[in-house]
Amino acid sequence: MSSASMTMTEKILARAAGKAAVTPGDNVWVQANVLMTHDVCGPGTIGIFKREFGRGARVWDPDRVVLIPDHYIFTRDEKAHRNVDILREFAGEQAIPHLYDVGTPRYRGVCHIALAEEGHTRPGEVLFGTDSHTCTAGAFNEFATGIGNTDAAFVLGTGKLLLKVPPTMRFVFDGEVPPYILAKDLVLHIIGDIGVDGATYRAMEFAGEAVERLTMEERMTLANMVIEAGGKNGIIACDETTRAYLRTRTPKPFEPVANDPGARFFAERRYDARALEPTVAKPHSPDNRALARELGGVRLTRAYIGSCTGGKITDFINAAQVLRGRRVAVDTFLVPATTEISRGLRSETVDGRPLLQIFQEAGCQISLDASCAACLGGPRDTFGRINGPEVCISTTNRNFPGRMGAKEGQVYLASPYTVAASAVTGRITDPRELLS
Amino acid sequence: MTISGRVYVLGDNIDTDQIIPAEYLNLVPTIPDEYQKLGSYALAGLPLRPGDPPFMPSGATATPYAILVGGKNFGCGSSREHAPVALGAAGAKAVVAESFARIFFRNCVATGELYPVETPERIVGAFHTGDEAVLDLEAGTLTHRGTGTVHHLRPLGDAGPVIAAGGLFAYARQSGMIAAPPPVSPTVDGGPTAGPDD
Repeated sequence: MSSASMTMTEKILARAAGKAAVTPGDNVWVQANVLMTHDVCGPGTIGIFKREFGRGARVWDPDRVVLIPDHYIFTRDEKAHRNVDILREFAGEQAIPHLYDVGTPRYRGVCHIALAEEGHTRPGEVLFGTDSHTCTAGAFNEFATGIGNTDAAFVLGTGKLLLKVPPTMRFVFDGEVPPYILAKDLVLHIIGDIGVDGATYRAMEFAGEAVERLTMEERMTLANMVIEAGGKNGIIACDETTRAYLRTRTPKPFEPVANDPGARFFAERRYDARALEPTVAKPHSPDNRALARELGGVRLTRAYIGSCTGGKITDFINAAQVLRGRRVAVDTFLVPATTEISRGLRSETVDGRPLLQIFQEAGCQISLDASCAACLGGPRDTFGRINGPEVCISTTNRNFPGRMGAKEGQVYLASPYTVAASAVTGRITDPRELLS
Repeated sequence: MTISGRVYVLGDNIDTDQIIPAEYLNLVPTIPDEYQKLGSYALAGLPLRPGDPPFMPSGATATPYAILVGGKNFGCGSSREHAPVALGAAGAKAVVAESFARIFFRNCVATGELYPVETPERIVGAFHTGDEAVLDLEAGTLTHRGTGTVHHLRPLGDAGPVIAAGGLFAYARQSGMIAAPPPVSPTVDGGPTAGPDD
């Protein structure tokens, strides 16, 4: 075993630092390939950039800055609109081509999904974003992590950031997942095992036959939630599934990385994917794990399907498989993550019926306005926001007190199958009860 | 550096939604009025039991608590820099906790708003909200004024030099990564040109 044997995360950071090798714990200046910011953290980032580098300063590379307004878009809140104006003004002044502006055909919606759809997530690269779920892009075999406004302002001016190289925890799922299990179940299972701080300062790698068989959307669900275990980044090997997704999304070349033989891991956990059962995180923590079948006594007042975690086209297809020909028993809110997914609700079908029709016939409340919406509560007039003592089951990522709005609310996190099945019965339901 | 004052005691996994609820993220930390407003909402998302004093008394512009005492994984969740900013704008100077979530810790260091200090042992049971304490960063101790008990702190480690320099930008200038600061101009400090401000 050579001392230069590195994990995927170490190899990306070594490359980005211009070094032959790095070791966990090393502090290195890393060159960014892409910096993403949105309407909630962009204005503050821009403010710090101007304060520190000067009013006439230029960003390090306009083509590597991506501005995606997505959080507070469909609201009457004037400051929210002002914040999008600040992004607009900055994009104009700095000649940044990648502004996915509100009210234009370029508007996309939730940044983490839009980044992938627009080809900004590429293997072997370094992506920083002013959002903790930036780790989603690790599904594309890149180093992607969330940073604050000050760090982001530094990257805007220099293209670089000082990072500590994380050790890697490896999670291997052997075998094929059963048809009622989704990536959300896998990641909630892991978080339940290691806790909400179980991967703090570490990379989380997902591997094994079950992961290799997942679509890119499902892999994104895995990488998306590493922050819920405290992880710095999530990472998955590049394969034909990755390449097939990227082929239609970006003409830019990329250089994937693979673990070296003899790469060292901080820990490795193996799971038998065949033995997994539909999993739920109870209020008020993503590691408060239970099985869906154990929670049949929990009466719900609403269900929610949306966000970077659970508002992708595959999430809606999965939900439609359960909701097809059925009626929901509680208020069920659906918000597509992006405009592409919003269009997909009309064009994608299950058993020949468009998703939108299935959801309408099931009695769901559907917003076609793609955004983060009620995943994080947001302004009071946000679609689907919890404004009272609701008991909600949701495909989103966090169930902290008050996360989806009112502190009195209770949020259960689950897969699109489990959320859809629970919406039909009005109590938490193992999707095996309804899936044929 | 010594920080003296009353402590506000919290538990484990205090997430950034509790520190600054998302409905206030329309406020931009670099706009001075909005920086102050963020401070007024610090810990507004914390569920309180009857009789618990709020971190920000109703109508106050500053918190009576200089030091937050927490358990594990303080600041988990969102990367919103509004969180350390809100605590700092409220007048808090330090968080002493068993462990921190990575991004929150880094945002404390990068902004210089708060000192994030770790303790090798759990101290949430050793303090009650309102107790007086002295945090001595050089000595690495947190002393309970009432009981005289001295709690030892972990060294700041890699963050030490960055904090000592005055935050990420100052550290980068000191180490030659970026050039000297731009000339100070009053228009720069207000952040981006704001639109109509309600």
